[in-house]
Amino acid sequence: MAEQRTSLADPGLPATRDVDLRDYLPGLEPERQVNDWGRSERIEGLLDRTATEFLYRYWFRVEVEDIDHVPAQGGALLVSNHAGAMPPDATMIAKAIKEEHPRPRPLYLTVEHFFKGYPGFSMLLPKVGGVAAHPANVHRLLYDEGELVLVFPEGRKGTEKLYKDRYRLRRFGRGGFVEAAMRARAPIVPIAVVGAEEAAPIFAHLTALQKLTGLLYVPLTPTFPHGGLLGMLGYLPAKFRIRFLEPVRTDQLGDAPWEDKGLVQTIAHEIRTRIQENLVDMLAQRRSVWFG
Amino acid sequence: MAAGDASSHSKRILVTGLSTHWGGRLAQALEQDPSVEAIIGIDRTPPKVELVRTEFVQVSDAHSLIRRIVDAAEIDTIVDTRLVVDSIVTTPRRAHENNVIGTMNILAACSGRDSPVRKVVVKSSAHYYGIEQDDPAFFTEDFRRKRPARTPIERDVVEAEELVRDFALHHPDRTVTVLRFCNGIGRALRTSHSRLLALPVVLGILGFDPRYQFIHEDDIVGVLEHATRHDLPGAYNAAGDGVLVLSEVASLLGKPFAPVLPPWGTGVALTALRRAGLRVGPEVARQLRFGRAVDNRRLKAAGYRYRYTSRETILKLREHQRVDPLLRGTGSAYRYEREVEEFLRRSPNVRRPAPAAGAITAPPEGFDSLDARDLIKLIPSLEPAALEALREHEETHRARRTVLAAIDANLVRHQTA
Repeated sequence: MAEQRTSLADPGLPATRDVDLRDYLPGLEPERQVNDWGRSERIEGLLDRTATEFLYRYWFRVEVEDIDHVPAQGGALLVSNHAGAMPPDATMIAKAIKEEHPRPRPLYLTVEHFFKGYPGFSMLLPKVGGVAAHPANVHRLLYDEGELVLVFPEGRKGTEKLYKDRYRLRRFGRGGFVEAAMRARAPIVPIAVVGAEEAAPIFAHLTALQKLTGLLYVPLTPTFPHGGLLGMLGYLPAKFRIRFLEPVRTDQLGDAPWEDKGLVQTIAHEIRTRIQENLVDMLAQRRSVWFG
Repeated sequence: MAAGDASSHSKRILVTGLSTHWGGRLAQALEQDPSVEAIIGIDRTPPKVELVRTEFVQVSDAHSLIRRIVDAAEIDTIVDTRLVVDSIVTTPRRAHENNVIGTMNILAACSGRDSPVRKVVVKSSAHYYGIEQDDPAFFTEDFRRKRPARTPIERDVVEAEELVRDFALHHPDRTVTVLRFCNGIGRALRTSHSRLLALPVVLGILGFDPRYQFIHEDDIVGVLEHATRHDLPGAYNAAGDGVLVLSEVASLLGKPFAPVLPPWGTGVALTALRRAGLRVGPEVARQLRFGRAVDNRRLKAAGYRYRYTSRETILKLREHQRVDPLLRGTGSAYRYEREVEEFLRRSPNVRRPAPAAGAITAPPEGFDSLDARDLIKLIPSLEPAALEALREHEETHRARRTVLAAIDANLVRHQTA
């Protein structure tokens, strides 16, 4: 944490960070209804037993490869391609870890700050593990609390892309996710997901409606907007395949590797290429969009 | 660990804002410590709690006057508890006068190389961080806000802290502590949030369930005292462990959660409520929308142990809310009368239990760590005055019968001798 001291330190009021603050995390209070991030086991469990279970088993019939690439303990940053209006991929990845991993763990999902300010989303997303994509949040989760965090480096560019551009990865942000993992000395686990693009394809964007509602985007999908709000969740039954790739370690790169922007970009680019290659490979083996 | 050693220990303490809830309670707590030689409290209005040895000086915040008091009494530590962090306490104009101009004056009174002051402790607020949509989930002390303050109170807190930071920069030899408290909860506290939570339903904004942290009033006093006793240079967040969400607060209080405020035009709705008699400050609106939590670990690493978590604080509040309607009007009837206080402190006719304010005869530190058998062995060697003090201490603390009997026996021996 020495580096944080220099970049974020307050010149007038020097912060002493020579003790490991991880020892001072709050203790567990079993009677609590949500955890300190606002995550609610009750609501999550309720969703998990109903909608998620149905989608995972019978609708998307998710198949998982190499789940043991997700470490059984300690922080890890999961990085995946991202697609679809109201993307179902995050939920399916979380469910896959829950169902298939020998040591199931909760997964935190980074979401845009936008959702914190939008009524409804602001209340619901944290309850099911959504955390605003702030570097400090990711660092606390990865380093201090040793949790699994899922990021979509493509961000909105991934979910906004139209059906004709499916499975073509967008730019991977500015490599911020690599920096976050380096600071926390946590491994990066790339993930390739096939199916989400067909489950919720976007044919066009309705800009007028977007301006009216103030949402990030309003897509034209097979069921939205003519199907009403529920139409947003009207997924087509595409076959899902999730492949967890070999983790990339970040703890052997020397001192403060994130200061080397070239290295950060190189690793980000490598991860993007590996996900893209695996997507192509999985698509080549796929015989049918619906039956896999 | 920033534990104060004997040489830097605060002995002569000036408490500003003695008549605020915090000033009064802090002075009461410091009075218990026999190693503190002098406690002097200043404020514009007389104190509201009974104080035994604290000296009250009624003074405005003119810095020349405060400076004279500081120099004359050789104050080594100033604890500034004056900051107004809730806009329902007073008008924005007076709050600004108190928060910014007042802080400037207090700092002016202890600046300069020849000042005896070695330590300044300032009670601030998490309002320093503001509340924005793209904030981190936990503010750490080194967070620098990117946007200007949105409400008058927030602006005051930021300006006051800037003054304190400047002071710290120019006086590297002084220990300057800034304590940023989250929402305080306590029996006697009247804040925007205590009013909101006292309603029959817990109001919220439709579609939002903000994260909330609370700190119990005993912990606020405890933290102030901890910072006075130990050297904690820099800024520290103070908040109970655990972050609740508003709906959880409602269920802990046993009240329905009513997210009925509109998500758009919340400010207008709150203004209407204010017209209708509910006194809540404008700084509450954003907290009801986005919530706020701070990282309290730095203070824990500096040795402070919180007595209550956020959840326990709310459970305490629930107890108060149940009992208070029954106890109405039975609160402390203390009224400050200058002549009476002077008489009690100065008159030679007053019989004081421990001469010289107990500085010599109070049980020395370390007695508490002795077990009963060792203590009884020591008792015959003590003077009668010390025995009296020890007896009082034992009675109010552990009240071991064997120890009390041994003291009594020795007291009788001294009387007969």
